Amino acid sequence: MKIVSQIVLMFLLIFVITACKSNDNNEGQPSHGQKDMILATTTSTQDSGLLDVLIPIFEEKYNINVKTIAVGTGQALAMGKQGEADALLTHAPTSEEELVETEEVINRKRVMYNDFIIIGPKADPARISGADINTALQRISENKATFVSRGDGSGTHKMELDLWEKARVDPSNESWYIETGQGMGSTLQLSAEREGYLLADRATYLAHANNFEHMSVLVEGTDELLNIYHVMQVNDKNHGLVNGEAGLLFVEFMVSNEAQEIIKDFGVEQYNQPLFFQYTE
Amino acid sequence: MNLFIEGILKAIEMILSGDREIFKITYTTLQVCLTAIFISTLIGIPFGVFLGLNSFPGKKIVLVFVNIGMGLPPVVAGLYITMLLWRSGPLGHLGLLYTTHAIVIAQVLVSLPIIIGLTSAAFQQMDSKMLMQIKALGATRFQKVGLLLRETKLAIMAAIMAGLGRVLAEVGAAMMVGGNIKGDTRILTTSMVMEVSQGNFDVAIALSFILMTLAFIITFILTSLQQRKQLV
Repeated sequence: MKIVSQIVLMFLLIFVITACKSNDNNEGQPSHGQKDMILATTTSTQDSGLLDVLIPIFEEKYNINVKTIAVGTGQALAMGKQGEADALLTHAPTSEEELVETEEVINRKRVMYNDFIIIGPKADPARISGADINTALQRISENKATFVSRGDGSGTHKMELDLWEKARVDPSNESWYIETGQGMGSTLQLSAEREGYLLADRATYLAHANNFEHMSVLVEGTDELLNIYHVMQVNDKNHGLVNGEAGLLFVEFMVSNEAQEIIKDFGVEQYNQPLFFQYTE
Repeated sequence: MNLFIEGILKAIEMILSGDREIFKITYTTLQVCLTAIFISTLIGIPFGVFLGLNSFPGKKIVLVFVNIGMGLPPVVAGLYITMLLWRSGPLGHLGLLYTTHAIVIAQVLVSLPIIIGLTSAAFQQMDSKMLMQIKALGATRFQKVGLLLRETKLAIMAAIMAGLGRVLAEVGAAMMVGGNIKGDTRILTTSMVMEVSQGNFDVAIALSFILMTLAFIITFILTSLQQRKQLV
């Protein structure tokens, strides 16, 4: 027993030492040829699996190592503003335009769209099925039906707040209005448990749909619910460490025919419908 | 309950099919956690011994900080390290954020106080008569520390295990400073959080089994080292 444990301990030590070494090798890489780039993006692009397809192609083509940080759009934009990222892929047009105006980001280009949907329990206690979005939100408010909000400053949350404003309802202090402060997936799960209504992006909903069969899409398909994604690079003039070259290459890659073809077909095989639609300028 | 069984089956399937991503994630987890605990042990034990055996002005304050550190929430550690390593932060030029190094730093920060605190507690508990006796027998400083380390082996191994438990369980800081980047800084705990948020509960459960197995094996080795009969 003693000898066994001593041998195991030796192995552990060797493992740790080699671990330190291999880390050093990794660190050495960026300076010799391969460059790092940080992409700050929304959770929906990662959770849907789209970036897992696109990023490796980009990495191989330009020999750039992309570090994808999937956070809410609010945080992604903040990272851009601070120069913590090199490129952004987000879906909150109004907030993005603010950064364009102050020249924090440049080369902002439209990439793709899908749509937001209102999901709720099949029983539909507030009878919103098929109604237009304003009426639906008003009915939810009148019936004091549970509504689950992201509440995390993400693109989806910003969209939801806009919609409430358009419907002239202020739900912020109501007891039926729950804010999770979490990502789309966790919020979907919570609303399914509580049988509440919520605004979700279609891609994330489809990925989760088989986990809760008692929920369904109740409002969809109006122009107000369009979910538009833009790609942009962080202005390298403001921050010394921003990799402007890689940021520009990424923007150009996302609007290239090659990437757009992949976006067009993504998800068709698994869900029988595309998750994103081409929408370049 | 079905989900639980599905999870076990998924775990077996993923391991048997040699899923490269799972191996990479498990390997990164081991690499990061063992490196972190190795560094913490290397710094923590001498520091703990020093704190336990010596008295000096301000010792109490140092101990208070060490004890607070034992309860340092990983998210707090993660936040501070993120701010330090940001490009706009003081250490930004090193480019360490979103690397495994950053996770190691965060894990050292949360495990080091545990090892220091528990080691120094063990040494403070030492019988003063024994210290006198060692002195009387004319032991050199190194011999003395060596003897005492052997004496406190149980407590020191417990300290290392407690530190390791912290490091293996840690998720908040690893998420923040590592960024959960696929094939790079994704470790078992952060990928579990991600899989749950994507609704892939079976994969998350499978990952949890892998993590628990790792924890079991490592703790088993350390426990058998700890319980080994004294050589003397």
